[in-house]
Amino acid sequence: MSARAQGIVVEGLVRQFKGVLAVDGIDLTIEPGQIYGFLGPNGAGKSTTVHMLTTLLPPSAGRATVAGFDVVADGPSVRANIGAALQETALDPFLSAREHLRLQASLHGIRGERRLRLQDDLLQRVGLTQAADRKVRTYSGGMKRRLDLALALIHGPSTLFLDEPTTGLDPQSRAALWEEVGRLAREEGVTVFLTTQYLEEADVLADRVGIIDHGRIVAEGTPASLKAEIGRSTVEVVPESSAELHRLVAILGRFGTETAARPGAAAVRLDGKGGLADVVRALDQEDLRAAAINLHSPSLDDVFLAKTGRKLEGAAEDDA
Amino acid sequence: MIEIANHVALISRRSLVRTARQPGTWIPPLTFPLILMAVNSNGLRAATHLPGFPTRSFLAFFMPFAFMQGALFASGIAGTDLARDIDTGFLNRLALTPVRGGALLVGQIGGAVGLGAVQAVLYLAAALAAGVHIDAGPAGAALILLFAIGTAAGFGSLGLWLALRTGSGEGVQSMFPLLFFLLLISSMNLPRNLIEVTWFRDLATINPVSYLIEALRSLVIEGWNAEALLLGFGCMLALMAVSMVLAARQLRLRMTRT
Repeated sequence: MSARAQGIVVEGLVRQFKGVLAVDGIDLTIEPGQIYGFLGPNGAGKSTTVHMLTTLLPPSAGRATVAGFDVVADGPSVRANIGAALQETALDPFLSAREHLRLQASLHGIRGERRLRLQDDLLQRVGLTQAADRKVRTYSGGMKRRLDLALALIHGPSTLFLDEPTTGLDPQSRAALWEEVGRLAREEGVTVFLTTQYLEEADVLADRVGIIDHGRIVAEGTPASLKAEIGRSTVEVVPESSAELHRLVAILGRFGTETAARPGAAAVRLDGKGGLADVVRALDQEDLRAAAINLHSPSLDDVFLAKTGRKLEGAAEDDA
Repeated sequence: MIEIANHVALISRRSLVRTARQPGTWIPPLTFPLILMAVNSNGLRAATHLPGFPTRSFLAFFMPFAFMQGALFASGIAGTDLARDIDTGFLNRLALTPVRGGALLVGQIGGAVGLGAVQAVLYLAAALAAGVHIDAGPAGAALILLFAIGTAAGFGSLGLWLALRTGSGEGVQSMFPLLFFLLLISSMNLPRNLIEVTWFRDLATINPVSYLIEALRSLVIEGWNAEALLLGFGCMLALMAVSMVLAARQLRLRMTRT
């Protein structure tokens, strides 16, 4: 079976650093061509997991295969089949993009016309053709990330590891990177292992998400299934007049179970008896004026909260 | 073997290009030793009147200092560049390619060796232009260049070890005064037999830098002195070997790829 036809299999992966258990027994399976989002706060063990799967760090225990090769026993074979854009952009400020690509391709044994063709193609794909001969130290953060991605792809890997690839990027650069990653998986069948602390990134990009906290996977599934697991949407209404609050609660009670709301507002978790439109229609029929109506759909942050008791955003500060 | 040689060439090329693009890196090694050589050869000229001083030209006597100082700069360049690679994660990028650790190390000192070659030619040209006569002739001059490049490679390898050990450019640079101290407590300014202070003479005698200097010096002011050359080349090769072994061992610890 070719490397491109095999994904990632991890069984009981552990990594310990002088008494600190950074990764505490991770199991996961990623099908070929899938985008797997690995979501968690700073210090959860995401990068350590990536370092083990890319053979940069040997595991303390457990087993993993990437593209069909064991990360411990077949390190060189794993490296030949993966590309990695790690947390640091890892670029030489004194070389140009073209020189970086030349070095990377040559070290992978790609030479001559083929190398030149791949260089030009990748520079075009990541939008760096115009800046190809400028030194990297003149590049913006977004340009560096794009070059990082190009370097990870130059040798045509079947599996791509992206460790927080959009940290520090502006929204436009982020969107461009997402588009390219999505295209790689969709059109070229590349398996993508993506770590992120951005909920939106995991939600938009990933076919499946694993949420990690303190070195363990606390939840795993598609973004939709994870969110559905913890509940339905919530509607919160602020009445124009505070005297109407009791009547509001009674109206909303027809559509689901009352839940916590801001002071002066009422909220209900919808239980399938109607959606937002139905709530608005009911308020109108009862002639109850609302100053504000908010629909809150469950997010991956809510999933994290349900599984760990903490919000994902700010979870790292809590642990510090 | 061909693949390894190719990888060494690729990494060396990068190292040379990087060094060339950092004028702040190569201007001091090219100029400071020449300035010191000019200042000291004039200021300490009277030493040639000491009974037993081996030459009438203090510049000829002092010239090897420039090569040694240049070699120390080489250790800083090689070490700082590798420390930057560790810091930026570029070493991890290289670790994810098929390049072997040994090829990586040998290639990394490419910049230092390249600069060492340019330095050696420049110092020798300056000395010849100032009237220094190489007693060992053109073959001796060629050996001086070879020796200087080898010494730059040896100290460059020491810089690599320091970089891998400390992981920081500051760590590498902090060792520079210690290495410069080795230069000061050698036979840099006087022949060992003319150093009257016993402890200083003893230190200079056990200091391998003295033998590096004396090997170079012998080619300039004596001609072909087999003992001096054997001791000097022996120290140079030992420096290269020990530094490379230390660097290779440290690389295995730092680059823990499977």
